[in-house]
Amino acid sequence: MKVTYPVSTLEIRNLHVSVETDGEGPREILRGVDLTVRTGETHAIMGPNGSGKSTLSYSIAGHPKYTVTEGSILLDGEDVLAMSVDARARVGIFLAMQYPVEVPGVSVSNFLRTSATAVRGEAPKLRLWVKEVKEAMATLGMDPSFADRGVNEGFSGGEKKRHEILQMTLLKPRFAILDETDSGLDVDALRVVSDGINAVRAAGNTGTLLITHYTRILRYVRPDFVHVMAGGRIVDSGGPELAATLEETGYDRYVKAEAAA
Amino acid sequence: MSVLREAGARVDATGPGFRPDRAPAGGAGRPAAGVAAPAAQVRSWDPQAHPVPTGREEAWRFTPLRPLRALINGQEPDGKIDISVSAPAGVEVEQLPTDSPRVGRVLTPADRVAAFATERATGALAVTVPAEQDLAEPVVVRLRGDGGVCYGHVVVEVGPFARATVVLDHTGTATYSGNVEVHVGHGASVAFVSLQDWEDDAIHAGAHAFSLGRDARLRVTHVTLGGRLVRLCPTVDYRGPGGDAELAGLFFTDAGQHQEHRLLVTHTERGCRSRVTYKGALQGAEAHAVWIGDVVIGPDAVGTDTYEINRNLVLTDGARADSVPNLEILTGEVVGAGHASATGRFDDEALFYLMSRGIPADEARRLVVRGFFSEVLDRVEVPALRERVLAAVDDELAAVGA
Repeated sequence: MKVTYPVSTLEIRNLHVSVETDGEGPREILRGVDLTVRTGETHAIMGPNGSGKSTLSYSIAGHPKYTVTEGSILLDGEDVLAMSVDARARVGIFLAMQYPVEVPGVSVSNFLRTSATAVRGEAPKLRLWVKEVKEAMATLGMDPSFADRGVNEGFSGGEKKRHEILQMTLLKPRFAILDETDSGLDVDALRVVSDGINAVRAAGNTGTLLITHYTRILRYVRPDFVHVMAGGRIVDSGGPELAATLEETGYDRYVKAEAAA
Repeated sequence: MSVLREAGARVDATGPGFRPDRAPAGGAGRPAAGVAAPAAQVRSWDPQAHPVPTGREEAWRFTPLRPLRALINGQEPDGKIDISVSAPAGVEVEQLPTDSPRVGRVLTPADRVAAFATERATGALAVTVPAEQDLAEPVVVRLRGDGGVCYGHVVVEVGPFARATVVLDHTGTATYSGNVEVHVGHGASVAFVSLQDWEDDAIHAGAHAFSLGRDARLRVTHVTLGGRLVRLCPTVDYRGPGGDAELAGLFFTDAGQHQEHRLLVTHTERGCRSRVTYKGALQGAEAHAVWIGDVVIGPDAVGTDTYEINRNLVLTDGARADSVPNLEILTGEVVGAGHASATGRFDDEALFYLMSRGIPADEARRLVVRGFFSEVLDRVEVPALRERVLAAVDDELAAVGA
């Protein structure tokens, strides 16, 4: 039986974001991003390096390094920008990071349970929780001993990405932003990680923002919409066929157009 | 030559000449020939044999001397430390006169403060674990300060092939100078914990001397939370081959506190191992932590394996950590010898990572600090003590309103 959930909407309007640079004052990275994502949809955001893809991810999650100077982010009409980083996670925003951070001495199992408790609003029942984690880890091809290691401590690139998707599986976010989750993965790992993402998508209650430089992951995680970012804006949008075109032509014409603008 | 070898220790110790300055001909207790102990030029039980520190000496340059003045001058005691001991059956607990030959087997004071501690103490508390005793419960020595200047001396002797956990638990307040000597007999295994859970105005100086017999194993943990000034000087020496000593420390230094741990591990025997791991968190204005790690590997100490590390986590502006590892190697044949020291700010990226998983800032901060300390705290095999330290660390973090 397929459960239907009410559709949620993440609405990004005219988003301008700056970062502080060393000695040169603030520099504007995002220059008016408009994007609407609904639960159940998957949007791929593609673009060359430096186009602002990661800045968009971190800005939605609320990283303090990025300052929103204009525009809005609304989740079902609620002002996301007014929320603290942890509050954003609790309303269902999840960022799978390109470079997950080490937290030495904090075990994966302790971390996952603390996080699930915070996001769900109550501590998961221990017996069910252990089973849930075990199953999710098995699906992602992770050894059970993984749970005893320190968070991201000495993890390989592939292990870090699996760990991110493990969290996504357990936290069941309404909106998941996957920031270059495909980077650093070989073809086997990419398949396993993609299967994990697809399992969460299949539940139908997650809107996915798939941020990538390459089209490879889109063969495994099929997007409904593809957007091209260049110069801090979304400069083109289309269906999956746009990814195929990009594979042929690359980003050159977008970069040149932005430079000319 | 090291005089206090395991086999002869008990015999030698009963005769005169055990304390070098009382019978210089004996020569015992001096660093072995060729080993220049960097932390102490003078070693003597006579307080007047030690110079009055000016603050310019290497051993004192980080220490505020004013709060220590009473202890440096050996001011007559006017305070009191309540001592209570809980020990499982089979452990002997007794009070010795400080001139007993059983006092001074392990320690020879390297400064005036340590020399006065024993001279001014009214007696020495001796805890003896007989050979081959395997203690199921820890021996807990509770020292509760009730204000004023006081001195103390604790002797712990663990016989061959015994196994014991000994906890010193300092609470209350005092201006206290306390010497501790721990001898781990041949093949014995000892876990020793010294908890400095003083009130904020306590002053505590302590020389903690450890010696290991052949194939002995020692696990030391220093946990320093309270006190206005705490200065502990742990030393380790080996009296037979195959000894294995691990020293670890956890300190949480708050505004206005000075917490100092100065270690000296002297390898004179073959095939011994030492590990030193001290970790501190600092917060608040004028919080000052000092860690000195001296390791000397003598010319005869072939096959030594040693590593020492100090890591400090600076949580706020205005705190200061001094960290100085020193390694002196006088033999070409070591298994391993290394040291590391790192003092860093709280990792904001780790905080962001945890918060982005829904974990509120204060809880995330607690997780990071607990994780930082876990390497040290996980070694404390007394669950109630571990919980108490964790709770104290949480309180410290809450106090700053993180």
